[in-house]
Amino acid sequence: MSVARPPGEPRRVAYLYLLPAFVIYAAFLLYPIGRAVQLSLYNWDGLSVGTWAGLSNYAAIVADEGLRDAFVHALVLVAFYALAPLAIGLMLAAILNHAKVRGLGFFRTVVFLPQVVAMVVVAVAWRRVYAPDGTLNGLLGALGLDSLTRGWLGDYTFALPAVGVVGTWFETGLVTVLLLAGMSRIPAELYEAARLDGAGAVKEFFAVTLPSVRGEIAVALTLTVIAALRTFDLVYITTRGGPGNSTSVPSYEVYHRAFGLSQIGSAAAIGVTLTVVIFAISFMINRFADRGAS
Amino acid sequence: MISRGERLANYVILSAFAAFALFPILSILFAALGPDDSADATGQGLSVAGLHVGNFSAAWEVGRFGTYLRTSLMVSAFVVVVSVVLSIMSGYAFGTMRFRGQSVLFYLFMLGIMMPSEAIAVPLYFDLRSLGLIDTFWSVALPQVALSVAFGTFWMRAYFRASSRAIVEAARIDGASTWRILWQVLVPPSRPAVVTLTVLVFMWTWNEFLIPLIMVTSESLRTAPLGLAFFQGQYTSGFTLLAAGSVIVATPVVIFYLFLQRHFVRGLLQGAVRE
Repeated sequence: MSVARPPGEPRRVAYLYLLPAFVIYAAFLLYPIGRAVQLSLYNWDGLSVGTWAGLSNYAAIVADEGLRDAFVHALVLVAFYALAPLAIGLMLAAILNHAKVRGLGFFRTVVFLPQVVAMVVVAVAWRRVYAPDGTLNGLLGALGLDSLTRGWLGDYTFALPAVGVVGTWFETGLVTVLLLAGMSRIPAELYEAARLDGAGAVKEFFAVTLPSVRGEIAVALTLTVIAALRTFDLVYITTRGGPGNSTSVPSYEVYHRAFGLSQIGSAAAIGVTLTVVIFAISFMINRFADRGAS
Repeated sequence: MISRGERLANYVILSAFAAFALFPILSILFAALGPDDSADATGQGLSVAGLHVGNFSAAWEVGRFGTYLRTSLMVSAFVVVVSVVLSIMSGYAFGTMRFRGQSVLFYLFMLGIMMPSEAIAVPLYFDLRSLGLIDTFWSVALPQVALSVAFGTFWMRAYFRASSRAIVEAARIDGASTWRILWQVLVPPSRPAVVTLTVLVFMWTWNEFLIPLIMVTSESLRTAPLGLAFFQGQYTSGFTLLAAGSVIVATPVVIFYLFLQRHFVRGLLQGAVRE
């Protein structure tokens, strides 16, 4: 992001063009985030007068086991939302880029489709898959693996991975299409040179393909990591953080604490922390990509 | 050269993956078109060629999707029109003009691109409540305009920066006002960028869940995804109508996607690419 040399001549009229957007943006985004910081420093139930809490709501995120777990769960989801799609996407894109397969357009349409379907609909569909009498158990039964069947979303061990797999499902298409666009821009000479050096397919992948799509990998990770950390709709519809708190995530805790437990200060502190974590992670990913590029 | 076996293997991998991507979506579609499985179904509705399309009208009635779709349509139309127009104007200022505080203001706008709505929704709820604005159209629409305008400003700025300065200069020498330069010189050729922004904002607004969930209590203001979530919680006598309702909620965006696919892909992929 460079704003070093803005174009055009100096114009005060610019402020007039900015004004309407800025008024709404300031009133409904900048002011609320400031208020969130303020609220996070109080203990408030939403009705009576709040009491000063200092940083105790933030300290609780580290000290309170339930809250700490929510952030740990979000990190587990990062593996499912970001790392698994990246691994699968690299493989699929490498295949598609090399082989001149027919029906590439159709494939791209299909794998990207989960991105545009409302998350509530996605959640309804996957609840059906994971239900005790659902598709997954039916499949396991047909394979003679009845011992593995269970109510996946109600299982203390498997509920979080089950939610994670849904993330893998809808992010893989995005990552694949993104990487494919990057790989198609790699000049063929690079591959020829690698082949002349006697590089095999694997070595070629690590020596040519992977470094060339570093930028796309950074974008893919930024998008998917943020999506993982922000997971709300999916958890709200499928598990409501349960069973126990085995699928609680920061966004759900914000909602639950503010409107279920009337702990507004705590909810605001979680929201602010989540924002800071998201900014820090995307900054680090982009820093990493820039350093590799230079 | 690729061997025959390798080519076959590639097709197998791709087909398996396409099937995995489609399977949950198709299973919903098939459930919605199958015979009604609910215990209290009073006879099956209309069916055409073995497809029980009557399920959609049944879901429409039972799940009240008519009201929800109307709210979603109104909210989406408002958010799309307002945020696209405001983004074009602010993108114009950032992309073609120079003024004091430009960098600071631009970075302020950029904050909003990554800002999770979870963080702002809670304080907004309590502030709007004390203003008596909670549970209104505005409480659902305006926060989403704010979120969209951040991305829109970034998007249109990048486009206007790249557009030809020569045309703008020529128009200025002809004595055109900045307002006319924007709408008659710059906007017409930037239609692709505006269409991309429009479909993205439409999709985000239509699919948004958290903001309506928090801001709305009366049923008449529920958006389609919110209505589906409530329907899912209340209607337990079968899956068919729930599936039909899901199809109703997902269809508008999916249709847009099938016709304007390139815009969706381009927008979602480039949206995160910083300059």
